[in-house]
Amino acid sequence: MITATTTQPLLQVKDLCVDYLTERGPVRAVDRVSLEVAKGEFLGIVGESGCGKSTLLFAIARLLSTPAEISSGEVWFGGRDMVSMDEEEMRHLRWRDYSVVMQSAMNALNPVMTIEEQLGDAIHAHLRLPHRKLAARSAELLRVVGIDPVHLHSYPHQLSGGMRQRAMIAMALALTPDLVIMDEPTSALDVVAQRSLMVKIKQLQREFGFACVFVTHDMSLVSHFSDRLAVMYAGQVVEIGATRQVFTDPKHPYTVGLMKSFPSISGPLLPLTGIAGGPPDLARPPSGCRFHPRCPRAFERCPGEEPDLYAREQDLVRCFLFDT
Amino acid sequence: MTIADLPARPRDASPVELLRTVGLTKHFRLGGFLSRRYLHAVDDIDLTIHEDEIVALVGESGSGKSTIARLIARVYKPTSGDILHRGRSLSGLRSRREVLGYRGRVPMVFQDPYGSLSPVYRVSHGIMRALRLHRPDLSARGRRDEAERLLDSVGLQPAPDFLGKYPYQLSGGQRQRIGFAQALACRPELILADEPVSMLDVSVRIGILNLMASLRRRERISFLYITHDIASARYVADRLVVMYAGHVAESGPVEDVLAHPKHPYTQLLLSAVPDPRAPISVPATAVVQEPPRVVDPGEGCRFRARCPYAVDECSRVTPRLRPLRPDHLAACHVATSDLESAQMDKDAKASGR
Amino acid sequence: MAVRVVTDPGPLETPVVTSRRGIAGTVGRGLSRNRKAMAGLGLFGFFLVVAILAPVVAPYDPQSLQFDQMLQPSRAHLLGTTGTGQDIFSQLVFGTRESLLIAVAAGLGATLISVIVGVSAAYLGGFSDHVLNLFTDVFLVLPTLPLMIIVGTYLNNRGLAVLIGVIVITGWSYGARQLRSQALSLRNREFLEAARARGERSLYIIVFEVLPNMTSLIVAIFFGAALYAVLAAAGLQFIGLGDPNSLSWGTMLYWAQANGALLAGSPVWVLAPGLCIAALGAAFALINYAFDEIGNPALRPVKRRQ
Repeated sequence: MITATTTQPLLQVKDLCVDYLTERGPVRAVDRVSLEVAKGEFLGIVGESGCGKSTLLFAIARLLSTPAEISSGEVWFGGRDMVSMDEEEMRHLRWRDYSVVMQSAMNALNPVMTIEEQLGDAIHAHLRLPHRKLAARSAELLRVVGIDPVHLHSYPHQLSGGMRQRAMIAMALALTPDLVIMDEPTSALDVVAQRSLMVKIKQLQREFGFACVFVTHDMSLVSHFSDRLAVMYAGQVVEIGATRQVFTDPKHPYTVGLMKSFPSISGPLLPLTGIAGGPPDLARPPSGCRFHPRCPRAFERCPGEEPDLYAREQDLVRCFLFDT
Repeated sequence: MTIADLPARPRDASPVELLRTVGLTKHFRLGGFLSRRYLHAVDDIDLTIHEDEIVALVGESGSGKSTIARLIARVYKPTSGDILHRGRSLSGLRSRREVLGYRGRVPMVFQDPYGSLSPVYRVSHGIMRALRLHRPDLSARGRRDEAERLLDSVGLQPAPDFLGKYPYQLSGGQRQRIGFAQALACRPELILADEPVSMLDVSVRIGILNLMASLRRRERISFLYITHDIASARYVADRLVVMYAGHVAESGPVEDVLAHPKHPYTQLLLSAVPDPRAPISVPATAVVQEPPRVVDPGEGCRFRARCPYAVDECSRVTPRLRPLRPDHLAACHVATSDLESAQMDKDAKASGR
Repeated sequence: MAVRVVTDPGPLETPVVTSRRGIAGTVGRGLSRNRKAMAGLGLFGFFLVVAILAPVVAPYDPQSLQFDQMLQPSRAHLLGTTGTGQDIFSQLVFGTRESLLIAVAAGLGATLISVIVGVSAAYLGGFSDHVLNLFTDVFLVLPTLPLMIIVGTYLNNRGLAVLIGVIVITGWSYGARQLRSQALSLRNREFLEAARARGERSLYIIVFEVLPNMTSLIVAIFFGAALYAVLAAAGLQFIGLGDPNSLSWGTMLYWAQANGALLAGSPVWVLAPGLCIAALGAAFALINYAFDEIGNPALRPVKRRQ
């Protein structure tokens, strides 16, 4: 098990760039993204389609396949750079030190194997356990995520959507990793199941102490569960800070616009405007600040230069309005 | 000249009933020829939509909301029950002209912006076909002008540019607007919108919801807005109908239902909706079960397995919709109307508790 | 119901139009970028030109018996002469016409029947679907060569139409299966629901909404059928079931066999038409593969830039 010191973060992404090799040249899907995740911290990454959040996640987990590839940057996990590791070294890390929960469990679970067989498979690949202990461990894992262990003998299609996602999470926790990466694990579920799954994930996180990187397009979902929040737009991180801070006082005009796109079920009924226009074509991103064509507060500097991340009240914002 | 200047149909002073379903039921047979198992998609639905009204039909997957839309759109035929359009039963529509007329007045907008437009034709194709079928009064030139007018009215400007584009050149939000333009081409009274924004980015959804609201205001078109997202239902609708497992659980004015939810399912749904502006709330009780797939159910309330207030009667008698507040109905044995609650309080005080 | 925010449609087997010139433009661009397609089309184009310009390309009248028999290749006779004194090269050139005609006509015929049977089965559903499937399966399972031999033997008329007919009858069933599958998968796409909802008639929907979305597959099946036709025709003609007096590559093989060309030291007489048959077949096969790659990006060769 990798232990991070209290001062050194568990996961450190430094200036990571991911390119898609297309016929017309490389398209940059993730542009110089840097972030840190401390031990036991819950980081939410939000953004809309095309912002690169899923690509970023796959890059961190080293799960990218052609035509996507990491073109530069570093991913430091527990003191080692994952980008430069080969497959054999990665295999030692996978599942033991970090694991991944995919978006659609129906696609990720093997339809012809029982849950018990799949859990056993996952554990067995990394840890030799005698058969009885394996069965006990599997039952315990299911119980922990809220599934009756009788379902060990079920096939994925016999479980409901919510239960399948929980089974995926059980698999991810099988070897009690330090970091669990989740790519929109609740998007295929209904509101009630979503809520109970999020509560369960948070509870497990507190119990097991793993760090969690949670990618979603639905900000309101992570609002009560994440410690820190990163907002992505067009392949870049545009704002990152403590969740409550980002929600109560959003700084980047994109974040502000996003906040204004959620109708509320309580309080006064206000007319909303959303954000005009659409996400840019990453093959031909706008010059300077990528958000400037849609930004209600753009000024002369914006199309010309690319903004860095500027610090303001413990948040980082990629906007010239905060360049003091 | 815009679509608003065209002669409108004569309207009465009081709200007219556009569409009413009476005991609408749809069962699907599971398995092959010899199977006797039926999936009860919707049972005994009574729903009314008036002129100049947006009704939101809210429910999770499997609740039957999409089935209702397709029954109204005549994609499915009802197993039993009736649908009345301005008082006239749909089963009475015989000739192709009559059916076409109905389809023009009650068109549908679909959920998937990437699937609802044929990828091999320009985006104007669907609009032009709709005009051909429903506006025989127009010449070829007239159709083209009308198509441009329609694109203007849904906010796709400059219209002539958009007419010639292929779907791959448009974003999801733009494609949904094309879908609305197709529906508007028929000069509709009621648009059935089946989850029109669920597959769009959050920042784009508001634009489409605002479009629906403005079409209702400007063109006096009613909407049946089907969604699983209560917040967007509140934003755009006048009345809310909550569905669970093929039955209507609750219905009434949207603010009233949200402020005074009477059915336990509505209460559960409201507690589960994430609202970033609300302070951190008490997490909902961990209800692990999911809505049931209703195969050959018997009598009784279909929510009873998940209901914290279920009593004996709930498994024996199917609850019917009854009014608990002005214009606000719920189908629950345990829910009390305001009048009944007041009476209960009085009795409790009287017995000295 | 997966309510997901859609970023891109993902891999589709149906042609997603990505060119400003619509479906023709998309297919055209896909082909022009694909090496196999260009090779296949080039080869096919070459044969087409030769067939059209046959009187110009061939030095002599192919039927003319005036030359000496069984001559070796020389400057006067590029590929030598036959056992009856005809110039082989001229025969080859003129034979291109009939061989191409058979390939294209039989290919089109088989494709047409596949489309009608396959798409109808998908749309009629229920009992009709079962019946059509049974029909397709029976034809699929019939051994083609014996069937062709039997039909060819029993029918006294040995003309071109019969030959094409036999090939069509034995060749349509493979495509029908694939077309039915794709039509089924298209059935519930929302734009088809939208077409029904706006009041279109079923026939209109099938012809103008469903079929255009199956273009890639239909064209690929055509080339597959044409390939089958080339080889089947050659086979039938070789064993004498075609019209021996007609002029095509297959009949050339028949006569070469009958005259014992290989034993008599004139292998060119066999090799020349044989290679042409193989080349035309290869052309169709290449284009067929290319359509697979266009439709399914996962099959495309990965290009790496330095």
